[in-house]
Amino acid sequence: MRPTPSQTVGPFYGYALPFRGGGDLVPPGHPGAISVHGYVYDGAGAPIPDALLEFWQADESGNLDGRPGSMRRDEVDGSFAGRDGVTFTGFGRVATDLDGHWALRTVRPGGAPYIAVCVFARGLLHHLYTRVYLEDAGDALLASLPGDRRATLVAAPERDGVYRFDIRLQGEGETVFLDLG
Amino acid sequence: MPEPLTQETISREIAELHELAAKAGGGDHPSRDYPPYRSSGLRHPHRPLVAPPEAYTELRGPVFGVADVTPLDADLTRQHAGEPLGERITVTGRVVDRDGRPVRGQLVEVWQANASGRYPHQRDQHPAPLDPNFTGTGRCLTDADGRYAFTTIKPGAYPWKNHVNAWRPAHIHFSVFGTAFAQRLVTQMYFPGDPLFPYDPILQSVTDDKARERLVAAYDHESSRPEWSLGYRWDIVLDGPSATWMEEGR
Repeated sequence: MRPTPSQTVGPFYGYALPFRGGGDLVPPGHPGAISVHGYVYDGAGAPIPDALLEFWQADESGNLDGRPGSMRRDEVDGSFAGRDGVTFTGFGRVATDLDGHWALRTVRPGGAPYIAVCVFARGLLHHLYTRVYLEDAGDALLASLPGDRRATLVAAPERDGVYRFDIRLQGEGETVFLDLG
Repeated sequence: MPEPLTQETISREIAELHELAAKAGGGDHPSRDYPPYRSSGLRHPHRPLVAPPEAYTELRGPVFGVADVTPLDADLTRQHAGEPLGERITVTGRVVDRDGRPVRGQLVEVWQANASGRYPHQRDQHPAPLDPNFTGTGRCLTDADGRYAFTTIKPGAYPWKNHVNAWRPAHIHFSVFGTAFAQRLVTQMYFPGDPLFPYDPILQSVTDDKARERLVAAYDHESSRPEWSLGYRWDIVLDGPSATWMEEGR
């Protein structure tokens, strides 16, 4: 069967898709918690304030089964109740700030050594996939890329437990985006 | 001062790209570089996508459960004290993969403008009334047959600033998850027979005629409910990793 075509997420998803604690896969102070953060830039180098990022990863032991509860609902008032603070769902969703910045708090994925990322934005007609690697080592995709391209997929350690990962949609330093078939 | 960008210019660009697609074969999805949609200019990669040697993580995906959705979330007309204005409709359909297999228990999210064509978003300054009884967001999980169902009101068309006199045809935004992260889809559902279709660069960014038709729901009299609501039907086929990729576990 032929697939349903993609269309842009547009500018007005903000009251529909982001949810409370969307970028907090683990609670503050969780043992082994890391923060990954950065900016999303357009082809002119301007930050994109209306991008939406989704993250999907294995837990620390490499389990990719995922768990429900990323966007638990409060049945009393129909708001988002937040995660339960115990379950690692493996899924995160973060809208960029007005300055194009986003942040994720999670743990290092076990198994395949990367966090999968899906990028949506106004002006982007079909989402893009990329990956956050925390180290430039031991991975077949990284090994297949020339150095300057490879560097776009590797988060830079800023300080203990904090990594910087910028996404450039176009032009100089353009992030490697993936064809997942 | 630059000349105002007219519909005539946009329509000419749309026609040229349709002609190219007719020769070369338009894809199922829009090209990310689609000049008639001006905002795409600086927001698409110049370099080709890279096929990774493996995609263990992307071949799996997030899961959602009963705690992530309340039953009321699927009825956009019951989220406030009063009834929203507009034409009450139901939108139902199935989510399947490319082999036609139902996508079960997965999350479908929708958002839309109100009957006047206004979103309750501060950046939407279209001078049409907000409706205190309508927010326009909903979600549900697909059932064992991949079915979803929403009750809502028919959204209005609205102007935007892509060019002078640019109007979006009425549409409902859909966000859909498959079993693999690589099957993710965000798209828009349109209503049959809308006269704004040919003028809209976002819909026309799907340059293949048949593919574009797949974004248009069908009026479904069978699902219209007497004295209550009009029924529309729209099935969704998730793209994603080819069967070989899945089977070989690349």
